[in-house]
Amino acid sequence: MEWITKNLPYLMAGISVGGQYALIAIGYTMVYGILRLINFAHGDIFMVAGLIMVYAVTVMPMPLALLLVVVATVALGFLVERAAYKPLRSAPRMSVMISAIGVSYLLQNLALYITGGLSQQYPAIPWLSDTVTILGATTKRVTLVTPVLTIILVVVLGLLIKYTKVGMAMRAASRDFETSQLMGIKINSVISMTFVIGSFLAAVGSMLYFTNYTGVTPTAGAMPGLKAFVAAVFGGIGSIPGAVIGAFIIGICENIIKGVGWTTFSDAFTFALLIVILIAKPTGLFGEKAIDKV
Amino acid sequence: MKKRVLSVLLAAAMLSTLLAGCEKKPEAAADGTEAASGDVVTIGVFEPASGDNGAGGKQETLGIQYANYVTPTVEIGGKEYTVQLNIVDNESSNDKAPSAAATLVSAGASVVLGSYGSGVSIAGSDTFKEAGIPVIGVTCTNPQITEGNTHYFRICFLDPFQGTVLANFSSDNFGAKKAYVLTKLGDDYSTGLGHYFTEAFEALGGEVIEETFQEGNSDFTSYITSAKNEGAEVFFAPSSTEVAALLIEQAASQGLEIPLLAGDTWDSNVILNAAEGKNVDIYVSTFYQEGGNPEFDAGIKEWINSDATAKANNGGDDTVSGLTVMGYDAYYVALEALKAAGSTDPAAVNEALWDVTYTGVSGDISFNEIGDANRDAAYIKHANTETGAWDFVAEQSVAE
Repeated sequence: MEWITKNLPYLMAGISVGGQYALIAIGYTMVYGILRLINFAHGDIFMVAGLIMVYAVTVMPMPLALLLVVVATVALGFLVERAAYKPLRSAPRMSVMISAIGVSYLLQNLALYITGGLSQQYPAIPWLSDTVTILGATTKRVTLVTPVLTIILVVVLGLLIKYTKVGMAMRAASRDFETSQLMGIKINSVISMTFVIGSFLAAVGSMLYFTNYTGVTPTAGAMPGLKAFVAAVFGGIGSIPGAVIGAFIIGICENIIKGVGWTTFSDAFTFALLIVILIAKPTGLFGEKAIDKV
Repeated sequence: MKKRVLSVLLAAAMLSTLLAGCEKKPEAAADGTEAASGDVVTIGVFEPASGDNGAGGKQETLGIQYANYVTPTVEIGGKEYTVQLNIVDNESSNDKAPSAAATLVSAGASVVLGSYGSGVSIAGSDTFKEAGIPVIGVTCTNPQITEGNTHYFRICFLDPFQGTVLANFSSDNFGAKKAYVLTKLGDDYSTGLGHYFTEAFEALGGEVIEETFQEGNSDFTSYITSAKNEGAEVFFAPSSTEVAALLIEQAASQGLEIPLLAGDTWDSNVILNAAEGKNVDIYVSTFYQEGGNPEFDAGIKEWINSDATAKANNGGDDTVSGLTVMGYDAYYVALEALKAAGSTDPAAVNEALWDVTYTGVSGDISFNEIGDANRDAAYIKHANTETGAWDFVAEQSVAE
């Protein structure tokens, strides 16, 4: 019993941060599935979602602010795609990727300009940030909510992709981009939809993540973004269940390593794990075979 | 053809942004002083305004700006000079510090003040050394900064002293036998202070559990869990204010019941805001306790409240941080050195600095043979989570 009380917090932290990585990782993996593009700006969209929340609560009530964060983040994701990626649709893939890196720096520097480079305190969301005690371990309620919410969202997303027309179009586009265009699929709206979904999940992820780790800085999206990207590659980029499972594995391992006392190596471990997986299984855990690598 | 025109235009646009970047610098330099006419002496301000240590750097700069506002001129060699502050941002980054330092060198600074953060001070030191410009460290506490050179001075106490003070304090006040020390990898300030604390604490017969975290880490829950599991009696976390805010939040939500201790960086309203209304017990060692000099406090509060930018840079209220006070004193030490040198030549100022003595708001300042200030006391403050202010606990010196 005492062993559980002592070690449960590590596991809880791992599962919760894993869920938050998962919500970001889905954005990476979906965009990659359809466009074969690694959207480097995704982590920064996540950060901007955090900043919007910081500023939104100063002028409006909390429920409205939450709604605004979702709407504005989705709009930002949509705009980024339209402005930075769509014009390059027929350009070599490398150009689009460089454009993505450009957007990432643009967002970071805009945030630096607006915040003046200082960490902004993320507002406490009532209920979510309440403290709860389970089995003698104290934590915020968000830690418990995150994995549940993540799984619900993933299931809904899975149903959406499997049973709706948009979902079918997405699957078709990810299978064969050109042919699906020839079949009369409006490829631009499918791509926009992908970005909308990815950004929506990033917005939800940011609320959960920043409720736990309450400082929003211009580079706050970089580390979670990178970890989520690793998770997506780990699970097999292009595969949604892969990204989710990869994210949970990375989140849990990271915290267990810290719990064992090897704090210095917790990040090194994450990336070493990635290398091992890629050597053993180059397409990741659930990746398709013969994938076209960038 | 059309494409070529477009690419030329794009290249031109990019180049123009580069140029715009260059033009902006002097504009930032003029900050705080009106168009200077006649003789001008430039004092460089080498401080972070963004990044991990941005909040602290801004508060320190604020003290310098206030001092400049109070005393905008200085008499050097019988002539009245206008003091121009040239403020650069070293972005709290060891990679960016040398280029920020080079900006001050090319601006012709006679003396430089800064920086908040020991890492950037060490990183920028050589650039100033080569140019022969003396630097007065304001609150950089790592011993390496002034060791082995003749151009770096400092007006604050050092980490071996501060670490010992805090170790004594935890042993005397809490009877602590086991301490958890959390430092940031690759941060000279954090690892340095952590090391000296550990040394002193172990010398007192205590036991220390040391752990580290990395740049960009914002998840401290596992560290807090470890500290609880190990049965530590104090949690020592010398770190930036940015990390502090996260740490305090997570410590409160996980019910860490032992005192949180930190060094001078935590003397900031960022900490007070993070701790307000939470169940945390925070102690810091610092340079100044608000109320130590009521006249100064009143003056600077009025100035901060009258200037919206200053207020924003101070974190949105008028709490007087020890950093601001140190910045204020550093400016006057620089003026004393300029007066004593009788010239704006950096080499002469460097020579004169060794003998400068000055009684500042934070106490008497004079330099020893290494270029460090002779200081023998630190203030311990406790964060009052109800009023959101600092409570004075003790003035602690190293008993030996």
